Amino acid sequence: MRTVRGLMTESRMKIIGLFAAGVLLLAFPPFLPSYWLTILNQMLIFAVLAMSLDLLMGYTGLASFGHCAFFGASAYAVAILSTRYGSGFVVSALCGVFASVVLGLIFGFLVAHTAGVYFLMITLALGMVIWGLAFRWVSMTGGDNGIAGIPRPDLGLPISFDDPVSFYYFTLIVFLAAFVLLYLFVRSPFGQSLLGIRESESRMRNLGYNTWLHKYLAYAVAGAFSGVSGVLWALYNGFVSPMDVELTSSFEAFLMVILGGAGTLAGPALGAGIIVFLKNFISAYTQRWLLILGAIYVLTILYAPGGLAELVKRITRRPET
Amino acid sequence: MDFFIIQTLSGISFAAVLFLLTSGLSLIFGVMNIVNIAHGSYYMLGGYIGLSAYWATHNFVIGLLAGAISVGVLGSLMQRFFLRKYVEHFPQVLMTMGFALIFRDLALLIWGGDPFSFPAPEFLQASIHLGGVVFPSYRLFVVLISAAVAFCLWLFNEKTSYGAQLRATVDDKEMAAGMGINVPLVSGMTFGLGALLAAFGGVVAAPFFGVYAGADFEILPLAFLVVIVGGMGSLKGAAVGSILVGLVDNFGKALFPDFSYFTLFLPMAIVLAIRPTGLFGVKRA
Repeated sequence: MRTVRGLMTESRMKIIGLFAAGVLLLAFPPFLPSYWLTILNQMLIFAVLAMSLDLLMGYTGLASFGHCAFFGASAYAVAILSTRYGSGFVVSALCGVFASVVLGLIFGFLVAHTAGVYFLMITLALGMVIWGLAFRWVSMTGGDNGIAGIPRPDLGLPISFDDPVSFYYFTLIVFLAAFVLLYLFVRSPFGQSLLGIRESESRMRNLGYNTWLHKYLAYAVAGAFSGVSGVLWALYNGFVSPMDVELTSSFEAFLMVILGGAGTLAGPALGAGIIVFLKNFISAYTQRWLLILGAIYVLTILYAPGGLAELVKRITRRPET
Repeated sequence: MDFFIIQTLSGISFAAVLFLLTSGLSLIFGVMNIVNIAHGSYYMLGGYIGLSAYWATHNFVIGLLAGAISVGVLGSLMQRFFLRKYVEHFPQVLMTMGFALIFRDLALLIWGGDPFSFPAPEFLQASIHLGGVVFPSYRLFVVLISAAVAFCLWLFNEKTSYGAQLRATVDDKEMAAGMGINVPLVSGMTFGLGALLAAFGGVVAAPFFGVYAGADFEILPLAFLVVIVGGMGSLKGAAVGSILVGLVDNFGKALFPDFSYFTLFLPMAIVLAIRPTGLFGVKRA
């Protein structure tokens, strides 16, 4: 009886939370000052990145330390296509996501048979390979200067996406679509098989699952969604540089997932929101962002190893026990 | 031909630095089953602390010792107070990542963003002329130092009772504990030793790479590549992997400057396709 009531409060909390978040994201933005609107916009973009990483980390149990490689690959693809070849929004966005999927399929061959520490190290090294390309392949990527002047999308609609509010709603739609798709994905039989791999890969193999293939596909799907956020970032920022694929960026994405709570979709999205907010907020006062990022990491692991999602659960359950 | 010889020598001297870094990384993995993300930070901090000590005393050897020992102590403290309390491996890895970020920013706060040069000791500043080949003698010295360290590590590992305890812990933690080996102590000492070696490498490499912000995350992926290729938990793997990565990186930079990092991708891909746990890796999930 008690646990039933516990579940009720938890699901009620969830519904109230989602409803509040929905109202906040849908209704308020047109009335927000432009500073807050841009922060909210960034939050949504990185929420997609964090959720895609969570697909690997939280659901499949694979800690990828080079996740920004996909983000960067698609952002660079959009940047190069739209500034140098003048391709339109649809083509460059599709090519961006395509680039990250192809990258995922290639890298997948190197990582899908590994787990644990090896997976972590190989993904980190692969992430740095992409950073190396962005930094050194100057004729293609502009090197340290990056690529500037990426135009906002033109869909042939009467609204212009140069307007921050309409671009915000564009991002929101993509975010919601990604959320729903990922939600359906993790609930699907395939998504459940990933959970099985997380709990015990050897048992899943004994049950007849081709765990290599499942991990390989999970990696590619995570890459695809990471690519979606990369496209959004290139369009939003109008500028890409090796900073976007640096190791610290991948670490940041990682903290979003850990802080929010791996293995839930809403958690990493919330974590992304908090990290983006702190980054913007703290950077306005001090340059010690990395110090604070590291401190948040250490504190999260010490005091909230399950992330905020776990913390919320603990608090809502407290009266029951 | 001269080009080939010079590049090979440079590659080997870079491999010598990589070995100092990765022998510790590999030992830590063997004993604790974790990968230390802060290992590149030890390398960078070693360089900075060594430089400060050198500025104070104008003595290369004091700089070397100060950098290595202080970072060794730092590593031991980190292991003792932040890593040892976790039985699981994953929180430990995350913890080292948090510290990597903190160390990077602290170094920036203390030493600023400007790169510094670190002069080699005077008797090693000359170059060696051999036929048409001119080569800085300091680089040869680094190779010798690294070889000496490798020999000492081998001696320690194979011929002393501490080494035997270490190997027993790598093989089977529970059995080792059952035989009366103080596993937490062995882990702490190994972690400290690994940090010390990485910082030692940082000071030794400083005369040819300089000391600069961002060295930590630049060397870390290379160190990881070495242990991916050579295999984790094995000193032999660290040595062979270092030579391979050092040479490929050096020739890659010289021949294809645009794709210098990318050239490292190939040997890694080949090794992983043939032997997923690296050439001499300990078979473990």
